[in-house]
Amino acid sequence: MTSMAPTRAPTQKQTQTLAQKLIARASGRERVSVGEIVTCGVDLAMFHDSSGPRRLKPMLEELGAQIWDRSRVVLVMDHYVPERDDDSRRIVRIARDWARDQQLPHVYDSQGICHVVVPQHGHIRPGMLCVGGDSHSPTGGAFGAYMFGIGSTEMLGVMVTGEIWLRVPETIRMWWDGALPAGVTAKDMMLHMIGRFGMNGGRYQAVEFAGPAVAALSMQERMTLSNMSAELGAQAGLIAPDATTAEFLAGAGAPPVDMAPWFTDEDAALTDHRFDASTLEPYVAAPHSPANAHGVSRYVGTHVDVAYIGACTGAKLDDLRAAAQVLRGHKVASGIRLIVAPASIRDQEAAREEGVLQVLMDAGAELFPTACGACSGYGDPMGDDVTVISTTARNFKGRMGSPTAQVYLGSPYTVAAAALRGCVTDPREVLA
Amino acid sequence: MNGQTLHRVWRLGADIDTDALAPGHAMKHGIDIIARHCLEAVRPEFASEVQPGDVIVAGPNFGIGSSREQAAAVLVQLGVAAVIAPSYSGLYFRNAFNVGLLLLTCAEAESLGEGDRIALDTAAPAAVSPQGARLACEPVPGFLMDMVRAGGLMNLLRQRGGTPASQKASNV
Repeated sequence: MTSMAPTRAPTQKQTQTLAQKLIARASGRERVSVGEIVTCGVDLAMFHDSSGPRRLKPMLEELGAQIWDRSRVVLVMDHYVPERDDDSRRIVRIARDWARDQQLPHVYDSQGICHVVVPQHGHIRPGMLCVGGDSHSPTGGAFGAYMFGIGSTEMLGVMVTGEIWLRVPETIRMWWDGALPAGVTAKDMMLHMIGRFGMNGGRYQAVEFAGPAVAALSMQERMTLSNMSAELGAQAGLIAPDATTAEFLAGAGAPPVDMAPWFTDEDAALTDHRFDASTLEPYVAAPHSPANAHGVSRYVGTHVDVAYIGACTGAKLDDLRAAAQVLRGHKVASGIRLIVAPASIRDQEAAREEGVLQVLMDAGAELFPTACGACSGYGDPMGDDVTVISTTARNFKGRMGSPTAQVYLGSPYTVAAAALRGCVTDPREVLA
Repeated sequence: MNGQTLHRVWRLGADIDTDALAPGHAMKHGIDIIARHCLEAVRPEFASEVQPGDVIVAGPNFGIGSSREQAAAVLVQLGVAAVIAPSYSGLYFRNAFNVGLLLLTCAEAESLGEGDRIALDTAAPAAVSPQGARLACEPVPGFLMDMVRAGGLMNLLRQRGGTPASQKASNV
């Protein structure tokens, strides 16, 4: 089974969800039923310097096995770059040497974070089944691909066989009516949903984001929704592809794809939750869980030491633009560190060309490398007792460094507003 | 297992995440060193005091967070015989079996207490409390039990003696 298999549109009598259609295609079946365990052909396998070569190389050598199809493998160096010590130099060197030895055709070294870099180069397209060696791999679902995260040993299985098993998931649809108010973002939608359903609300099923408020989102905002499906506990976070998807992919140089088959049938069996975007307020998750999320008003006035705009979740071009909207013509409050670590070189350069980066620098931002960095406790981790407000996805105890660091999560608007005032602030006040 | 061996319970709460199990600052090291930091943010004495054969009993959502399978491999490294909890992160569930760690899904797990000596009936499967109560666990698919018995997917692949790309990684 490969992506060369014919695309089959199900008949009208056999209604299926988008998740079922994607899995049926990847397993060479007309249709699949919820609960079945099926073996799927993998169209794309992505991994990074931490989960990839340093773990896969010794295992492949021990088995005397070869990569099943190099053209379907993408390697991104984003976790231990830039190298800061001997251990990170060793890990990154393994990745670079292995990429050369294996003659991998798709390698992105220090270009940014995998979940942003890989779609920006057109690798993830509607209809595909993809796996990633990282928990935020559901980001790929924003493109109408079934993408999920796996560990290194399971990735080894994929490297050797080109296949992976999965249990056909139920679909939990998050239907968003209305339109988001100014200063409210996809990040706020996600924190709201995670606060409501909890970190295992997704039960490792497929979540699908839909409705007018989702259709109105930019591609990067959609990626934020799918990205944080991980924090909802879903296996995948899908969005049916449309003209917005097609435009992004064309800009990324992807070959044209037939998007018509990739939608959930009207009367397919699923669980529906409905939301009204027009009444949503900015959301903040307090330490130490993304599920500890409430409207920003609850935390207004909480002092912060560091405002961190970074990660695949919260430092894409659209995120940097949002922060700049708040900070244009202003300086951050005295004693506050504003750290900006753009999600990719491409986004950083676009922000530079637009003047967005200059706005942030003029406000007093420190520009950090385009890498995972402090989001996962790498790079410059947060120290003891520091209070951080961050655009990242997780605020587990110790996640960003010290176990005594207090990490709040918010949108780029909310984080920038906190930088401006030195405390948690409703961004709509400073945008007005 | 025959149900005769008794396993000491380490009782943990809900939502134990992968950063607690395998802290980011230790991730650049090998599994032996990561294991020394296992659960240091929530149970600082765990890594030094856990004994081979002990079990972890936790609340819902065990293993939420990262895809790092070291978060499961540390427990194998420390000799933990099984984790028993009402629910798991789906990603952690896959990783655990791939590295040979048995996870038992048990709705009544939280009725077990710190320091309890319990028996495991992996065939049923069930956990047996010190008072003799049998706590039923959800069935584990055969191919996942094969992986636990083999000590993980790598051992299974090794047993098959090199693996041409045409063979499947798991016998589903």
